[in-house]
Amino acid sequence: MSTVEERVKKIVCEQLGVKESEVQNSSSFVEDLGADSLDTVELVMALEEEFETEIPDEEAEKLASVQDAIDYIVAHT
Amino acid sequence: MSKRRVVITGMGMLSPLGNDVTSSWDGILAGHSGIGMIDRFDASEYNTRIGGAIKGLDLEPYLTTKEARKLDAFIHYGLIAAQQAVDHSGLSDYDALDYNRAGIAIGSGIGGLEYIEKSVLTMDKSGPRKVSPFFVPASVINMISGNAAIRFGYRGPNIAIVTACTTGTHNIGYAARTIAYGDADVMLAGGSEMATTRTGVAAFASARALSTRNDEPAKASRPWDKERDGFVLSDGAGVVVLEELEHAKARGATIYGELAGFGMSDDAHHITAPPEDGEGAARAMANALQDAGLKPEEVDYINAHGTSTQVGDVAEIKATKRVFGEHANRLAMSSTKSMTGHLLGAAGAVETIFSLLAIRDGVLPPTINLDNPDTGCDLDLVAHHARKADVRVALSNSFGFGGTNGTLIVRRYED
Repeated sequence: MSTVEERVKKIVCEQLGVKESEVQNSSSFVEDLGADSLDTVELVMALEEEFETEIPDEEAEKLASVQDAIDYIVAHT
Repeated sequence: MSKRRVVITGMGMLSPLGNDVTSSWDGILAGHSGIGMIDRFDASEYNTRIGGAIKGLDLEPYLTTKEARKLDAFIHYGLIAAQQAVDHSGLSDYDALDYNRAGIAIGSGIGGLEYIEKSVLTMDKSGPRKVSPFFVPASVINMISGNAAIRFGYRGPNIAIVTACTTGTHNIGYAARTIAYGDADVMLAGGSEMATTRTGVAAFASARALSTRNDEPAKASRPWDKERDGFVLSDGAGVVVLEELEHAKARGATIYGELAGFGMSDDAHHITAPPEDGEGAARAMANALQDAGLKPEEVDYINAHGTSTQVGDVAEIKATKRVFGEHANRLAMSSTKSMTGHLLGAAGAVETIFSLLAIRDGVLPPTINLDNPDTGCDLDLVAHHARKADVRVALSNSFGFGGTNGTLIVRRYED
């Protein structure tokens, strides 16, 4: 079973079309990984699907980096 | 105001016969059929199980994985054909290009049907919060033109005309006028289509428009033949680079022909069927001849709309006889749809390219499967085999649902 961190990074790679080696925990979706506003919406949808959870819009807006997403998932699933 | 002359300096294509212009044209000259069994989805419940698909396409050289995932296949095809056309034209290496005077007109008849189907199913299963934010930009029709503008940096006129099966023809004709009128010096123009989806095939089959010759896919598209039973739905894209003549000469571009004329009309008759006498089609051809300043006797070859339907095929013959009179018996006319199937909104673009290549190579593309011409289909329809001929002027027809007709005339470039 993969860890939350591995699963989050896999989805980030798929959604943003980046290589695993480019994705650090500190990576910002927009500044480091080239995401635009539509990409981040779809990224959150993919995380919801993977972790069978619902991330409210006001929480989703705060998820700026890979670590933010990991922390949110760990705290809410 | 005098019209500026417009020439073609680049071509790109994906068709059921090949994933570029050269392999598609080789297939045409060899009289190959690009039609096979549908394998994009399970078509076992369908009356029609055949189509003309793009085969073995590697997206990697053309699109990033992100672009590939977030755009419908019709946009993939359109962008790839556009990239091929730009590469072919040499414009990417032309430093003096004024990007504000380079534009794009690439349409589609139907658009992102596969992405629309997928999104509706997601919506139905999981609710509105699961509909992708990319749904609209992945599926609306002007997004080939939109994405191509970003890709090539073309900041001039950007449009996507949508007129069913006349789409490719109208986009090229309109783009040529944009240059002739002085609004741009370079235009990428054409059409793209990927409508062989679950709903697309079902709908055309329900309309009784499609051939059901499932046992012999290669013989299913048979324009003007007595045994024809409808068209074959196909995928693909065609894009040309149109350029103002002096602009092309100044950069030493290879000129493949002149876009000499464009004519339009509507049948004002029925939403899907043409009038039996082809009256609207005849007016589109006559208007194109007038625009080109050519006499009917100067036309050597017609690339017909010729889809392999009962009424449409005969109506186009009648229209041709009406416009060309005695000369209809001297010119050659063929339907390359006998080999490619019907690419809907891409058809006019792909067929304009075949018309240019007929001029370039001095050869008439064949109409395959024309074993027994139907009553009245007594013109030189270039049955079965390609034939050498001096082609100086070629005319390409497209007729679409809504009764909309378009004709383009291309001719050999001469000073």
